Amino acid sequence: MSILLYFTIVPLGTAFLVTLLRKKKGISDLLAVLSSLYLFGLSLATAGLTKSHGVMIYKVGGWFPTIGITLVVDGLSAFLLVAINLVAFLVLIYAISYMERYTDKWKFHALFMFMLAGLNGVIISGDLFNLYVFLEIASISAYALVAFGVKPQNLEAAFKYTIMGAVASIFILLGIALLYSYTSTLNMADVAYCLSDKAKNPLLVFIWVLFLAGFGLKAALVPFHAWLPDAHSSAPSPVSAMLSGVVIKTIGIYALMRIFFNVLGVSINLLSVLMASGILSMVVGAFLAIAQNDIKRMLAYSSISQVGYIIFALGVGTPLAILGGLFHLFNHAVFKSLLFLDAGAIEYSTGERNMDKLGGLNNKLPVTGYTSLMAAMSISGIPPLAGFWSKLIIIVAAVEAGYIGYAIVAVLISIVTLVYYLKFQSFVFFGKLDAVYNKIQEVPLAMKTALVILAVICVMGGLMLTGTFRPFLEGASNVILSGTGYKQAVLGAIR
Amino acid sequence: MKNKEPGMSLIVKTITRFTVGLVLVYGIFITLQGHVSPGGGFAGGIIITLAFIQLMLAFGQDEVLRKLNQEKGLLLAGIGAILFLVIASRIFLKPQQHSFVAEKHFQLLSAGFLSLSEIAIALMVAAGLFVIFLTLVLLIEEEEKEKK
Repeated sequence: MSILLYFTIVPLGTAFLVTLLRKKKGISDLLAVLSSLYLFGLSLATAGLTKSHGVMIYKVGGWFPTIGITLVVDGLSAFLLVAINLVAFLVLIYAISYMERYTDKWKFHALFMFMLAGLNGVIISGDLFNLYVFLEIASISAYALVAFGVKPQNLEAAFKYTIMGAVASIFILLGIALLYSYTSTLNMADVAYCLSDKAKNPLLVFIWVLFLAGFGLKAALVPFHAWLPDAHSSAPSPVSAMLSGVVIKTIGIYALMRIFFNVLGVSINLLSVLMASGILSMVVGAFLAIAQNDIKRMLAYSSISQVGYIIFALGVGTPLAILGGLFHLFNHAVFKSLLFLDAGAIEYSTGERNMDKLGGLNNKLPVTGYTSLMAAMSISGIPPLAGFWSKLIIIVAAVEAGYIGYAIVAVLISIVTLVYYLKFQSFVFFGKLDAVYNKIQEVPLAMKTALVILAVICVMGGLMLTGTFRPFLEGASNVILSGTGYKQAVLGAIR
Repeated sequence: MKNKEPGMSLIVKTITRFTVGLVLVYGIFITLQGHVSPGGGFAGGIIITLAFIQLMLAFGQDEVLRKLNQEKGLLLAGIGAILFLVIASRIFLKPQQHSFVAEKHFQLLSAGFLSLSEIAIALMVAAGLFVIFLTLVLLIEEEEKEKK
């Protein structure tokens, strides 16, 4: 299955080519958009193949696994790959016009492609150490991209992000090292196999804590969330959209799911920790978001809150809850990137990010206005938009599992979400237009295209629960539900 | 008395003239012997960069920038990276054709594509590291100009 290699070769090659051809104007746009389109097509093809083949394995260099490196794609990986490459493709289309405001556009494309290679690599890696390496590639490019504007606040945010990210990486690396010393293998399926033979050991609890802290920092769960509002709001908008939409989910939630559910195996204790931290993130993120005046800071706090929903759903742990959590993960990738791109469009037209100073933009910026209305309604859970269905499934699953108190909190936070998104809508798009903004124009075509496509996915997202797309979603949730059955699936596919 | 010529004193310049070639050749040696002895593209690349840095310390920046400036450095780093990617994907996609295992042991021309990839890595590391060095150093000089 050498198709899997292209997920890292293509973005890396694009990044290097962009560096070489930086003098030619417009070529970096063309290369980046084409290669991300190719990757999106490839991810769809992979999703189709996993449906027929089940688990797909590629042995790098022909070496036999547990000695050599494997790339593994199963239902969960295919699901994440589609989400990542879809958002990346649309963000790059948007960036054609948006990034004209910055000098050295090729640097943006090169770094962006490195980040994409890292993200795809994290997903397809079947080996703990490669997961760490790709995670670092993605993180380091993200640090540089946050600082892309080189204004003092961008540099400060990037510095904070770098320090917190490095701390998280050290936790993860220490966890991997301890796990390696305990099992003598790095292949994830093999680690799971070795652990199943051994008796319980207090060391494993320590490894759990390290991974929880490391991936919790990367995913911005609440005790570890302080870096996220700064980093995600100071980056250029296409980068914010990638960071909030995809990066925290890939290097945070995906890695957490893979390692805890498939490799180490979950216990009741771990699930209750996930549930509690999910609820905490949900509540804290939502209440901090209400107080914000800066659009992008509000969206960043909202990301913390929505990640809380996903982690909470994973913590509930019933089949329905995990399906809902993954569906919410996909939906959040779409509508949060749309909202960040809308915030970028507002900034592009008016040069202003403070909600108090804006108003009545709906007449001047209709496309931005209505697409952000769709995204805001979807994220607050208004039927029949996509966000409603995913939140409904999570809450119903929590009630079924007997966590009625938590379910009520989730409903209340959904109302709080509606409150701050209505505030965003009424302050920015409704009301009276300030005379200063009489001459502003709607954003260019490339930006509009990306906004409209994302808004359409937002509206139609609920269809993922129906016949045609449901196997795609269920394929992903079945991988998590199979738990440490992952090792049989992977080792079976190797032989 | 202050030295009017850029760079350090005559002694340093003379010594540098003797040693810089040796350092460069040693870097190339480490790179080419990477697959049969300790070292390799990364270590060799760093030694090659050190030769350029020594030149810059002894003779001043203008002398070196005429030989290798940031533009050329970036170009070389990009070419090195592309070469490495091409070689790596060639090996990974058709592993049966290009065995990593040496047919003839302890010789310069053994181990198939592995020695070629060492050269690509050396190019990438040497050029990339030198560009990083230039970026850091030249930025400081610009700041000093602003202060004056």
